[in-house]
Amino acid sequence: MLRRTPFHDRVVAANDTSLWSHWAGHLVVEQYQLSEKWEYVAVRTAAGAFDTSPLYKYRVVGPDAERFLTGVLARDVRTCRPGQAQYTIWCDERGYVNEDGVVFRHASDEFLLTSAAPNLSYFRHQIGRDRVEITDITDALGILAIQGPRSHAVLSALAPEIAGLAYFHHTPAKLGGAAVTISRTGFTGDLGYEIICDRDDAPAVWDAVFDVGAAHGLIPFGQIALLMARIEAGLLLIGKDFESSRFADNDEHRSTPFELGLGWMLRSIDDDSRPFIGRRALLRERDDGTSRWKMVGLAVDPYDHHTKFTAAGMVPPKDHVPVHEDMMVYDDDRRRVGYATSFMYSPVLQRHIALARIVPALAAPGTRVNLEFTINHEYVQVGAEVVRTPMFAPARTTAPMNGAR
Amino acid sequence: MSTSRQYDAIVIGGGHNGLVNGAYLAQAGLRTIILERRHLVGGAAITEELRPGFKFTTFSYALSLLRPEIIHELDLVAHGFMPLLMPSSFCPMENGDSLVIGQDHGENLQEIARHSPHDADAFLQYRHDIEMVVRAVKPLFDNAAPDPFDASPDNLAEMADLARHLRGIDKGVLHNLVRLLTGSASDFLDDYFESDIVKAWLASSGTIGTSVGPMSQGSGLVLLFHSMGEHDGHVGSWAFHKGGNGGFTQVLARAAEAFGAEITLDAEVERVLTAHGRATGVALADGTELAADVVVSAADPRRTFTEFVDPRELPADLVDSLRRYRYQGTSSKVNFALDGLPTYPSLGDRSDMFRGFMNVAPSVEYLERAFDESKYGWYSKRPYIDGAIQSTIDPDMAPPGQHVMSCFVQYTPYALRSSGWAAERDQMADNVQDTLESFFPGFSDLVLQREVVTPLDIEQVAGLPEGNIFHGEFFAPQMYFFRPAPGWHRYRTPIDGYYQCGSGTHPGGCVSGGPGRLASRRILADLAGRP
Repeated sequence: MLRRTPFHDRVVAANDTSLWSHWAGHLVVEQYQLSEKWEYVAVRTAAGAFDTSPLYKYRVVGPDAERFLTGVLARDVRTCRPGQAQYTIWCDERGYVNEDGVVFRHASDEFLLTSAAPNLSYFRHQIGRDRVEITDITDALGILAIQGPRSHAVLSALAPEIAGLAYFHHTPAKLGGAAVTISRTGFTGDLGYEIICDRDDAPAVWDAVFDVGAAHGLIPFGQIALLMARIEAGLLLIGKDFESSRFADNDEHRSTPFELGLGWMLRSIDDDSRPFIGRRALLRERDDGTSRWKMVGLAVDPYDHHTKFTAAGMVPPKDHVPVHEDMMVYDDDRRRVGYATSFMYSPVLQRHIALARIVPALAAPGTRVNLEFTINHEYVQVGAEVVRTPMFAPARTTAPMNGAR
Repeated sequence: MSTSRQYDAIVIGGGHNGLVNGAYLAQAGLRTIILERRHLVGGAAITEELRPGFKFTTFSYALSLLRPEIIHELDLVAHGFMPLLMPSSFCPMENGDSLVIGQDHGENLQEIARHSPHDADAFLQYRHDIEMVVRAVKPLFDNAAPDPFDASPDNLAEMADLARHLRGIDKGVLHNLVRLLTGSASDFLDDYFESDIVKAWLASSGTIGTSVGPMSQGSGLVLLFHSMGEHDGHVGSWAFHKGGNGGFTQVLARAAEAFGAEITLDAEVERVLTAHGRATGVALADGTELAADVVVSAADPRRTFTEFVDPRELPADLVDSLRRYRYQGTSSKVNFALDGLPTYPSLGDRSDMFRGFMNVAPSVEYLERAFDESKYGWYSKRPYIDGAIQSTIDPDMAPPGQHVMSCFVQYTPYALRSSGWAAERDQMADNVQDTLESFFPGFSDLVLQREVVTPLDIEQVAGLPEGNIFHGEFFAPQMYFFRPAPGWHRYRTPIDGYYQCGSGTHPGGCVSGGPGRLASRRILADLAGRP
């Protein structure tokens, strides 16, 4: 039986389409309304609520919790102070990325780590002599993400504690009568928050948020709208843009942080006080310049796209529903120089965009490459430009907030 | 009275390996006849309508190890090959809870995490590690083993290929392979899992058909063997053939006939005829003699070497090895006609979990204790049962609303201490039924009929000595270039023109067709004068 999330009763009532999907063994909503684009628009212009409860959640506690996580996670968790959160990854000893997640630091010796896939046995095997205890508390908590420009207005009305909350910070708060944690995090690349609550409090939290939020245009959004937003935001998704090195068939299906465009996480890699799994391999990769790829954004040339489709007697398709199949990338000499793993037409950017791996030599923003489409059942290359990720990055996402707006 | 008809090849035995072998020989243009002792082909892969409308898979009951090449090379789809997914594994527990593994990745991980959060990603790691081992072993599985005792240039080249392959295997994968080949299933699983029910589920397949408990050294090999299968590319996944494994062997028979093979039923071979150290044909029990330059035995090694021919014609080392070759069958079948589906109280009116395997082995200790009794010549009071209600997958197996249930049962040793199977068969089946009743209250009320198949029945009906379902134990000294005997693993025999293609040859038992196929390649190469 697929599991039900703590918000299930509310989600059922809100799902107008009866279209369901499943994620991490939970029944989740594909789209609440027949127009998934409408849900996406709400996230970009008002606010949307996404039930992200199926994430695996691990509580990491103990006097050596920091020492342990510092050695396991590739990003330096020591720079994450209590009240802060970090998007992070963990690698194997060859420097290949296993998985990613968000770590919330509650105290000097207490962390909450979320991830899309189970990892408990892996983490436990890394403990060694550290005095740390890792507990799976996946089922004990619900997480409701409130994302979009109005999310601050909605939540600060309910929980004044978050009024000035900085990007990737979190705070305890009272919401709908429940004690919750609210973080300024999310998977949409927009201004947004996530409410972490006890399982039993989930319906009350949902009700409180929608009581206030409805007037701001808050609506729930499903999987498709989330996938749209995250591509624009350049946020990688395991199983779509990369695979866990632990279970990959071969090295073609493995990626290092540099190759995934996550080199910024390794700013302190030269710090000898922080040995972490994969560090030596990653130092070698950096120093020897052996990265095979670099994850970039691609923005398809709208003129070339238009021309090639119209010349073929077609109306140029502009489909916002993400495609997660390999699409080949070529240089002007028809050499394959990369491949896209996520592709869509971005309504806010008015461009076809993709997340793609490109050979490092061609990964500089502004480089022109060609993305392969199927036009009239034939492969046709359409010009595209390498762009920085995130491709959509409004200032509000990270801007300081001072009181309710 | 003796008539002599001329064939290029005679295959003794219409079980799945005999049919596969005969089909390949006929496909290559040999005038081929397949002789089956019984009134139907299939050997131990048959389906019988023992009660009007109820079709029983008397012996073997599922498909996974079948070599995918055979499907394509023998054009089986054109003859009705149709594997139906068995979508789940259902493990009832002593405390009323259960483990139900289905087709959804995320749901399975949650179900495992319900029993142990630690075991969710441990399961992914286990599956990945097993797949890597399977990948490393597959070339050995799908090719005839080279002969380490033969220094001919062609053979040395094959040995060099094998050495090259082994050198190319990752050290961790090779270590896992050796741990599986030499160790116990339970030790291997302990390295991954905390949850007893998860371990018991996986350990069960390390005991199938073999006189080992999950804690016995050697059960790792059986675990690996049963992981070698696939269904539609999914490693370790199983299918139920439309119409049961009897339906499958009917497909093979049609394919063989389409290539021009003749199949003769009720034709029991008495002897393989030889002259001047080579095979010349066979003599049937009714006195008929058939002549051919190639005679292939799909029977087990004991019949192949000591009954169809005279052991005195064979080298002493081979005869000696065969004397030591272990059968000691330990499995039975108890098949039921049911008036409806059983119920499992904690799952309410859920019945989807009955569409796959029902693994009655609620703990590793339960399995091991079931084995313990067999060590001393008795059958398990609380047996391990691998059940499948096949009519939930294929409605043609039983009348609407009613069901057939196949139960593979261990442990039931062939040789009982101070009794015999004629006296004990009903008590053994009662133990099975009582065990099922204890997990599925009301089960016995559903039973319309039951078929009891003891190791003695397997021996007498299907012809497998001591009822061993694999034509001999899956023990390391009886595998690869030791199967069935050192130096006699390449499908030839000491008698020119006389070949073996049964499960007693590499790669071994299960409905794989591997021995039949590899033997046909040997025969055709010999006929063409190729190495």
